[in-house]
Amino acid sequence: MAQVPSRSWTDTPELAPKGKKAVPEGVWIRCPGCTAILFRKQVENNLWVCPECQHHFRVSGERRLQQLADPESFEPFNEQMAPVDPLRFVDLKPYTKRILDAQKRTGQNDGVQTGTAFIKGRKIILACMDFDFLGGSMGSVVGEKITQAILVAAERDLPVVIVSSSGGARMMESVFSLMQMAKTAAALARFDEQGGLFISVLTDPTTGGVTASFAMLGDVILAEPRALIGFAGPRVIEQTIRESLPEGFQRAEFLLDCGFIDRVVPRSELRSEISRIIDYAGK
Amino acid sequence: MVRASEHVGGYSLPFEQPVIELERQIAALERRPDAEEFADDLKNLQASRDSLLQKIYRNLTAWDIVRVARHPQRPQTSDYIEMMCRDFCELHGDRHFGDDPAIIAGLGRIGPYKVLIVGHQKGRTTQEKIACHFGCAHPEGYRKALKKMKLAEKFGLPVVTLIDTPGAYPGIKAEERGQAEAIAVNLREMSRLQTPIVCVVIGEGGSGGALGIGVGDRVAMLEYAWYSVISPEGCAAILWKEANPDSNSAAANALALTAKANLANGLVDHVISEPVGGAHRDPQAAAKSVQSWIVDRIRQLKRSKPETLVQRRYDKLRKIGAVAWQEPQSSASAAR
Repeated sequence: MAQVPSRSWTDTPELAPKGKKAVPEGVWIRCPGCTAILFRKQVENNLWVCPECQHHFRVSGERRLQQLADPESFEPFNEQMAPVDPLRFVDLKPYTKRILDAQKRTGQNDGVQTGTAFIKGRKIILACMDFDFLGGSMGSVVGEKITQAILVAAERDLPVVIVSSSGGARMMESVFSLMQMAKTAAALARFDEQGGLFISVLTDPTTGGVTASFAMLGDVILAEPRALIGFAGPRVIEQTIRESLPEGFQRAEFLLDCGFIDRVVPRSELRSEISRIIDYAGK
Repeated sequence: MVRASEHVGGYSLPFEQPVIELERQIAALERRPDAEEFADDLKNLQASRDSLLQKIYRNLTAWDIVRVARHPQRPQTSDYIEMMCRDFCELHGDRHFGDDPAIIAGLGRIGPYKVLIVGHQKGRTTQEKIACHFGCAHPEGYRKALKKMKLAEKFGLPVVTLIDTPGAYPGIKAEERGQAEAIAVNLREMSRLQTPIVCVVIGEGGSGGALGIGVGDRVAMLEYAWYSVISPEGCAAILWKEANPDSNSAAANALALTAKANLANGLVDHVISEPVGGAHRDPQAAAKSVQSWIVDRIRQLKRSKPETLVQRRYDKLRKIGAVAWQEPQSSASAAR
């Protein structure tokens, strides 16, 4: 087994211990990237990146916060904001049941955490989406919390960093969800006019209504290696064109080639990359 | 005047079956050389046909409405332009990549106003449909729309958008050229465009592809249009694990995609009534209703300064959403 690469920054807070659903359980885990059997602790200490093939495991919003923010620096706001079921949506399961299950599983009210934080001593407004919560989908709560995060950043003249991880708009709130796209984009228009800095960080996966609204509107857009990023999901595209998709399609590197993101940044370098962009912007 | 099914392309919707027999009788009677002698009978038959249609259309399910919205003879953007608009001057191209026929843009006069019109185009003939990708626009379509809207802003022309798309095109080229970015930029720019914007969902309002030209000061839906975050089939395939007539219908209901539901939920401002039996039976009457709504709203909006419009547009978007307040599940939180 190759040696674990050392981290490029040393002020990492302790990583979240214990059971996590976004990543496999057990002492030994198999990397979905290279199928190597890895010692769990070693992967954990490597920010959940495979030391063999650099596969970036999906991490929860909670873990993401701990990886990105200076230790103990994250102060959440709007933690109590919670979803309602405006359409009384029922598919095979009622939406209210899906919400409750997700809340129990994640300990969060909905799929994004927002607050103030420091990154290498720089004060920012930070939002981290949680793919564990109904696929990171954007309903009213996610839209509202992101919007308020942007507005608070505007008010306090702070940079805003949004880490996206989402399947798109939440079906169970239908047009309420759809309109969150317009709402977040409108808030960013104002923020932009005030000269605010928005760094959008795209992680695996970022698709649908989240990509087609705030996620693609960053002043600077960063993405983790191999992250799936797109408007339509790959399966939908395959069904439409009835052929299989080329290797690497809709991956971060593909978007870089197409000119839609600024940089592909390994997880271990996110903190330093974000910090230096903030410095260049003079924020 | 209400057109019979055979005049609307021979395409009939399953729930219109009871009407078909009556229409057959009417047609047979009209064809008789001595038709004049049966004028009264003809009138009676027509009256019962109309009342039957009225009854059927009063009780349509959400899924029925989706099918009306997709009726092949339902008037499209190009039809509305022809019927509502004088001296239409089409403007092509996004000045970057190409000209997407799935979105039509151009200058024209509606009632007393000079406006910019932007709308999705599905196409009527097979050839047109293929060229338009059945109304599914590519990024260059959204960029064309924005380019022309900026032109309207520059010269103080109100913008009228007509929404009719199953969704933005899901394909390799569309992704390569930045479908998500194109829509996102439109949302941001439309939210601050310094000129009145009125939007009408004339048929299908499919998700981000619809919203990509759908941010406005006033948004209306035609009575039998639908507007949703995802198509009923797409939703059924994901949440019901399979799209079939039952799950499509259930999804259509659950998504609250009808004009009535969206109005009740405060997500659109107005429902424009359609002629008896849907816009496809009387496109002229439908166009007249759409036109009078557009003219009326532009008149209202033109009274406000552009800055005021933008502020109100923002305030309106800002309010959309339904949230509650509660403590997070702290026990689970601790376990993480």
